[in-house]
Amino acid sequence: MVEIVSKPYARAFEAYAVGNPDVLCLSADLTSSCEVDGFRDRHPEQFISLGMAEQNMLSFAGGLGMAGFRPFLHTFGVFLYRRPYDQLIASVAYPRRKVRLMGFLPGITTPGGMTHQAIEDISVMRSIPNMTILETGDATEVESICEAADSIDGPVYCRILRGEVPRLFKTPLRVGEMRLLSQGSDVLIVTSGIATEEAMRAAGALRNAGLSIRHIHLSTIKPFDGTELLDHIAAVRHGVVTLENHVTEGGIGSLVAETMADNACGKRLVRLGLRDTFAHGGSRAYLMRYYGIDGLALVAAAEGLVGRSLGISETDLSEARVDAVHSEAKAEAL
Amino acid sequence: MRNERRSEEIALGIRRRVFEHTIRNNGGYLSQACSAAEQIAWLYNEELRLGEPTLPFVPLPFGGVPSRDNAAYRTGAGYNGPALPDYDRLIVAPAHYALVVYAALIEVGRMAPEGLEMFNRDGSSVEMIGAEHSPGMEVHNGTLGLGLSTGAGLAFGRRRRGEGGRVWVFMSDGELQEGQTWEAVQACAHHGIDNLCAIIDVNSQQCDGAMESVMDVGDIVRKLDAFGARAVEIDGHDIEAMRVAAHTDHDKRPLIIVANTSPFKGMSYLQRRFPRLHYVRMSSAQERREMNLHIARELEMAPVAEYC
Repeated sequence: MVEIVSKPYARAFEAYAVGNPDVLCLSADLTSSCEVDGFRDRHPEQFISLGMAEQNMLSFAGGLGMAGFRPFLHTFGVFLYRRPYDQLIASVAYPRRKVRLMGFLPGITTPGGMTHQAIEDISVMRSIPNMTILETGDATEVESICEAADSIDGPVYCRILRGEVPRLFKTPLRVGEMRLLSQGSDVLIVTSGIATEEAMRAAGALRNAGLSIRHIHLSTIKPFDGTELLDHIAAVRHGVVTLENHVTEGGIGSLVAETMADNACGKRLVRLGLRDTFAHGGSRAYLMRYYGIDGLALVAAAEGLVGRSLGISETDLSEARVDAVHSEAKAEAL
Repeated sequence: MRNERRSEEIALGIRRRVFEHTIRNNGGYLSQACSAAEQIAWLYNEELRLGEPTLPFVPLPFGGVPSRDNAAYRTGAGYNGPALPDYDRLIVAPAHYALVVYAALIEVGRMAPEGLEMFNRDGSSVEMIGAEHSPGMEVHNGTLGLGLSTGAGLAFGRRRRGEGGRVWVFMSDGELQEGQTWEAVQACAHHGIDNLCAIIDVNSQQCDGAMESVMDVGDIVRKLDAFGARAVEIDGHDIEAMRVAAHTDHDKRPLIIVANTSPFKGMSYLQRRFPRLHYVRMSSAQERREMNLHIARELEMAPVAEYC
């Protein structure tokens, strides 16, 4: 049984920030939703409320960076790049300010619908020069994200998981290091974020059906050195499946495709994610099923690569986790 | 640096340099020099506490954009002196005024006159729309509305560090159409940021023409005050008025000087081009010659010889 950790970010941020006086906590009216309300109450001198005004917040953070501070911006991921994109570019990315963009509710992890779901954030951030992108996939990575992000010499965008988060890994997130979760030789699965937990369930079922699965988890999406990935691709017989909580354009599926194409790698690739579509509001499990970014979709993709049905049913995907819409670990139903 | 000349003389020098440059290049941001010459002259010559320049008198060529691999990258802020705690910082929010700033840097002895000859030349750091690496610039502001927010964050950070220097933002009235400007003012008021000052060149012009015809911004002073700034309205060509305005008490609020100006000041010939003043380009050799003669006479200087 997977350990579920409640609000790992809240504790991790506070522990990190109190030891780093040049770290400032910025918030845009989503303080409790981003689990920094306790920090605000206990360390008001290190907290700056900037209200529902993200354009100002991004440029303001750039100004703080000019004064040598390292602001951590807390809001939903969408609000860090959709509305204030110009400010993100000119005030943060271009001058390489040490601004830490802590984006909550990545992809379809919110029932808030289109306006709240950051489904193309990685694609946008990958195309911005000077930007680093980190994504958390479990409680341990959330617990270590602040230190990892703050080690970046420049701006960094982080996909943060909140509320009740499973613990999948024992070691902290290390920038630039991918995790090898299993070392099979038939199919390579590449995942990040919440897709990793989903893929781990599917990988178990595929293994039980006789497939040898190699599975890697990415937490550093940019910069990305493809050398290690190419070795893993070379080690499997049938090909690669990517699964991401993001559109299939510009995310880790694209990252893998680009790496393969750039290196004349002739193996097959199946990219799973949101396929050129917006999502709507609903539970995570429902949305992952509806949009084909769940374990069953992964199984079908693997079956396609090996060219046969493996007879895996939904019940074979163990420990399906369903979150309650209302939880003590969430500030609101979003 | 000691100011050895009166700011009025600096302002005239700015107009002359921008005029000459515009005639030679058959176009330029000429009306911005008319409206802002006194403000920029006053800032550089009197109001800003700045140290000696830290960058070469003759600007270096473009040295690459900021990147992990460009360790030698420098902004153009070195022309405003070092970023030390007690010195002021200047943010030029409308980067389209870069030509005016370059002219001012020459007039106050911070940049060589050759710098203006590099204006908008390929491979030069003296860019047409001031970039971070252009002389006198510290941040990119070619996209309008970023300046006051950036200044607010910098001022907040400097206050937190106990630095005595202030942050000055030179702004344009067109930026008041951007929502971000008002977000910045409310944030300054909420956080009591009073080591931030701004002066707005209210020349009532924007790219499409007269602001009242494009998007009227209404009563600027009342709006700024209502959003929580301490706004003071002056004649933007009256340097004594700037001196007085800068001493206005603005405890727990940013001071914003609303400088009403004329986009033809010192170059009345430009009136006939109203309302197309954002970028002045001559449409014929005849017009170039006429403008050369008229404006040179008004600025009490010799016309540019090649275009008489």
